[in-house]
Amino acid sequence: MDIGSTFFYKYRRFIKTLKIYLFVAGPGLIVMLADNDAGGITTYTVTGAKFGYGLIWFLLLLLPVAYIVQEMTVRLGAVTKRGHAEAIFDAFGSFWGWFSFLDLVLVNWLTLVTEFIGMTAALAIFHIPPVVTVVLVSIGMMLMVLQGKYWTWEKIAILLAVLNLIYIPAAFLVHPSVGEVLSIGLIPHFPGGFNGTLFFFLMANIGTTIAPWMIFFQQSAVVDKGMKEKDIPWGQMDTLIGSAFTVLVAIFLVVVTGTVLYGMEVESAAQAASIMMTTNPLLGTCIAIGLFNAGFLGAICISLASSWAFGEVFGWAHSLNMKIREAPWFYACYLFALVTAGGVVLVPHAPLVLITLFIQVIAITLLPAALVFLILLLNNEEIMGKYRNTTLQNIAGTGIVVAIIVLSTLYGITTLFPELLT
Amino acid sequence: MVTFETILGHRIGGVLRRWTEKVNEINRKYETPRIRMSRGVTIALLFLRIYLILLVLLLGYKFWTLLT
Repeated sequence: MDIGSTFFYKYRRFIKTLKIYLFVAGPGLIVMLADNDAGGITTYTVTGAKFGYGLIWFLLLLLPVAYIVQEMTVRLGAVTKRGHAEAIFDAFGSFWGWFSFLDLVLVNWLTLVTEFIGMTAALAIFHIPPVVTVVLVSIGMMLMVLQGKYWTWEKIAILLAVLNLIYIPAAFLVHPSVGEVLSIGLIPHFPGGFNGTLFFFLMANIGTTIAPWMIFFQQSAVVDKGMKEKDIPWGQMDTLIGSAFTVLVAIFLVVVTGTVLYGMEVESAAQAASIMMTTNPLLGTCIAIGLFNAGFLGAICISLASSWAFGEVFGWAHSLNMKIREAPWFYACYLFALVTAGGVVLVPHAPLVLITLFIQVIAITLLPAALVFLILLLNNEEIMGKYRNTTLQNIAGTGIVVAIIVLSTLYGITTLFPELLT
Repeated sequence: MVTFETILGHRIGGVLRRWTEKVNEINRKYETPRIRMSRGVTIALLFLRIYLILLVLLLGYKFWTLLT
């Protein structure tokens, strides 16, 4: 074969692979980019403002962490055809089932409140009243699920997820020194020395990378999409690409705030966007749109994770492929979560800061359980057959799970007792 | 015999009764864990129980210090 024919053959093969990927892609990409939700965006914004480019190397380490944990949900969902909530009930009995389910519903609802806080704060920069934001977002999110097809919902969600990449062009707007980003960012070090504040930020970044809802969401999405064992390699690729994107978005956001806001006291992404609006309106607009989009995408996934869990546990019809009359309780749960969480944000003097802190504490009651159950289920030959964890996967998975449990627990405890850091 | 309906009225009591029945049905369905209780599984579940008890104690302590 001549060079031209070889190139054409490889090009056709690449296009074919891309087409298959685009057909199968979804849960991994969506869950990973939704992981950069309003809380995540706030964490990365503040990290950049506080430590400049100094923690970029640490964010890179989070790529394999996110991939290894979420990849297990792909295999579990594709093999068992069950969501995580149902899998826990079935394998570990009703005590652990109810514990995980109720904890998930509570922590998801509280997280949903923070997504609404992020969205209302982002649009307030454009002088849009919170009540308008909450109503429009709730209507938009209902319309997204009401068309009765998982495929359509997924492709809309992927479009929203792509908008999450807005932080990449935003980084080019601030003209960072590439040399400085690489020399400071890629060499592992602890900016300012290892102290309580730095430790808190490291833990916060890990906490935003793996959240309990992600495990439940991706497994249920894999089941709803109808993925089978043969689709596992595609699901793994989807998750890997999603993990790369989520870390990439985080790094570019840190570059933006590390360049523009380094050394400033910044408490939230909305505050950062407001500051940038005064000096560079285009940049401020990008940050605000990104924050709104992050909250929106996070809210969709979190409310769906709860609705799927309700359906699995109570035996109700629970699929985005069903119309309202076919799965009324599934859509009722979705709407109820949206309306109540949005309503809380509109309550004058609602303890929103307390809610944000409370999530971190409640999440550490659920995350270890969800991760331990994941490892145990993936090691069960009767359930997983030939798709059970290999020794290498177990070493990596167990190591990461133990590290996440220790660090997220310390994060929750230091949130409860901040005096421990001083 | 005292039922939900006699205490809370026909409508609310009926809803509560159906919910209770549903929860009982779920509890019966998942009464026996499917997973084999090997040593590893037993240790992991014991760890989780201890972890959660310690966490609840910590939360209780925080609540108590806030009150006092």
